Amino acid sequence: MNCRSEVLEVTVEARQVEEAMLALLHTILLHRSTGKFHYKKEGTYSIGTVGTLDIDCDFIDFTFVRVSSEELDRVIRKAVSEFKDALSNSGSDGMGQISLEFYQKKKSRWPFSDECIPWEVWSIKVNVVNLANEQERQICREKVGEKLGEKVINVVEVINRHEYLPKMPTQSEVDNVFDTSLKDVQPYLYKITFQITDSLGTSVSTTMRRLIKDTLAL
Amino acid sequence: MDSGLSPQDKKDLDKFIKFFALKTVQVIVQARLGEKICTRSSSSPTGSDWFNLAIKDIPEVTHEAKRALAGQLPGIGRSMCVEISLKTSEGDSMELETWCLEMNEKCDKDIKVSYTVYNRLSVLLKSLLAITRVTPAYKLSRKQGHDYVILYRIYFGEVQLSGLGEGFQTVRVGVVGTPVGTVTLSCAYRTNLAFMSNRQFERSAPIMGIIVDHFVDPPYSSHRPANMGQPCNYRPPDEEDGGAFVGVQDSQEVCTTSFSTSPPSQLYASRLSYQPPAAAGPAELCHPAANPNQVSVLHLHIHSTAIYPDTYKYTWDMLTNKSASPSDPVEALNAFTRKIGAFVNKPSTQVNHTSSLDLPFAAFAPRGLDSEENDPMVQPPDSPPCPSPLQASLHSQGSEGSGPQDDFVMVDFRPAFSKDDLLPMDLGTFYREFQNPPQLASLSLHISSQSMADDLDSLPEKLAVYEKNIDEFDAFVDMLQ
Repeated sequence: MNCRSEVLEVTVEARQVEEAMLALLHTILLHRSTGKFHYKKEGTYSIGTVGTLDIDCDFIDFTFVRVSSEELDRVIRKAVSEFKDALSNSGSDGMGQISLEFYQKKKSRWPFSDECIPWEVWSIKVNVVNLANEQERQICREKVGEKLGEKVINVVEVINRHEYLPKMPTQSEVDNVFDTSLKDVQPYLYKITFQITDSLGTSVSTTMRRLIKDTLAL
Repeated sequence: MDSGLSPQDKKDLDKFIKFFALKTVQVIVQARLGEKICTRSSSSPTGSDWFNLAIKDIPEVTHEAKRALAGQLPGIGRSMCVEISLKTSEGDSMELETWCLEMNEKCDKDIKVSYTVYNRLSVLLKSLLAITRVTPAYKLSRKQGHDYVILYRIYFGEVQLSGLGEGFQTVRVGVVGTPVGTVTLSCAYRTNLAFMSNRQFERSAPIMGIIVDHFVDPPYSSHRPANMGQPCNYRPPDEEDGGAFVGVQDSQEVCTTSFSTSPPSQLYASRLSYQPPAAAGPAELCHPAANPNQVSVLHLHIHSTAIYPDTYKYTWDMLTNKSASPSDPVEALNAFTRKIGAFVNKPSTQVNHTSSLDLPFAAFAPRGLDSEENDPMVQPPDSPPCPSPLQASLHSQGSEGSGPQDDFVMVDFRPAFSKDDLLPMDLGTFYREFQNPPQLASLSLHISSQSMADDLDSLPEKLAVYEKNIDEFDAFVDMLQ
């Protein structure tokens, strides 16, 4: 099975980074989350209900829809905030990439740890620009809003190709496919990583460190 | 061709498509209400949340949708369309977008109805939620209120896109293959938002450089008034407004929450919390504005923050201020002056119309000035016979100050140290505003000349006093050092 990889690129002002990332990540997660599964006897299950919420951006002329789950929002905001801080602290020319990867766990026999097999990766490349005056910022608000709209259409287009999705799991396998840690919704297993491109063009990657850490943590 | 489909699957599929159509309409209409939508997630399934999504059902909308469907289902050649249009308080209307739920012949025989189709329809509804916030009509609908409202119309049959104007764009929300055909959801939206009605322009003089496709909230209203808190008014053929639709709830069917052969978990007739206030009806849309000019030109409002200098915003305020007397002599002068506002690149489009509308900062222009001859600044009253040098210089100052009073010629003004561009310059605007302040009364010549004469007369006395006290002054100076 090949991992599907999609790349989205946005150019934003520094103060718009957070909202732009939230908008795109939440749009993807909206499509990749279901209600909580409730398994019953005889191998059947029922699915909870997913609510939605409109979020207006403050620095961009844009409104996006996210899943109505404060827990999930907190997790995503934390990741985006780390990304934003890394971008601004890196001293680079403001280029970075945040990735949302959906994966499945495959149980391996002892002593090997479970494998994480990605089946869909969304990479959002960010280019931060500095604007000189208020008029440019106003134009940027509108332009970035339009661009994000185009990206949402791109996301929807990819998702509605209805390509590979993990099979619906049995009760014992559900944690290999879905993140069941949240109370109200159940997204597919995902991880968010980012990397900042420094000015020399080489990538200073935190993902490798994290992956190694995850593997060692078993 | 559904020969491969079991009766149960066929029944399920029909039910899914029917409720998908109803939910689609709900999502679209709710996205055009002008408010942010918020629904809660629930970990326990209820029997009424179709497609595992919390989408409220507005009864009138469901009723309208069912009426349009008239017991049929979207099928090949039979599309369900939701048309969103904008209607101004003067009755002009314009179609903004048309959402189409269509079915084509491409079948996917192998697909599992109760599971895959259902889940894919759920994903498609989520996509619809996302896309409805992205098309241009969303922003317009969030700003609806006094000047315009957003209406919806549901029809069944052939798709009609001619009302969208030239150059309309289409965005495809998604497709779901089923054994009986492929469900397609798409939106065609207008890109040319210029108002077609000429009535707008006749009633009020347009200021040059108006962009007619900006629908900006008047500054005094940021929210829709309470009586507009209902769903977008629809245009039913019989002008019925949102009356009581009692019979809707009885047909609420249980939606699939369980993906197995076991019976549905709960039977739950959905009692929605949405209760629209007493419907306003179409009549309210046409409430007369206090100032008809103001309303109509508000559609053509200048987007003052981004594109036009604040001068024009001020000019707009002047337009609506009817206190400016048309017999203002300044106006007569201005009728002959071709004004080119600062920072404007299109002077030729300016229309010469009632010039009281043209003159920015007309409030600063003095009233009752007929001509230069009576201008005390130009021709001071007779001065005393022995003009002192001081008085002579005052006279010349006065004459310099007379210029702005009698002739308005605006030239391109590029203040130093500000960016030279089309966009509003705060610095330039500041200069312009305070360039011609009215003269201070104490500086007006005829008064000052009198007091100056008095001063001069008393000067020798004052000098004598100062000489007497010269020691005190010297001591003061020493103290300071």
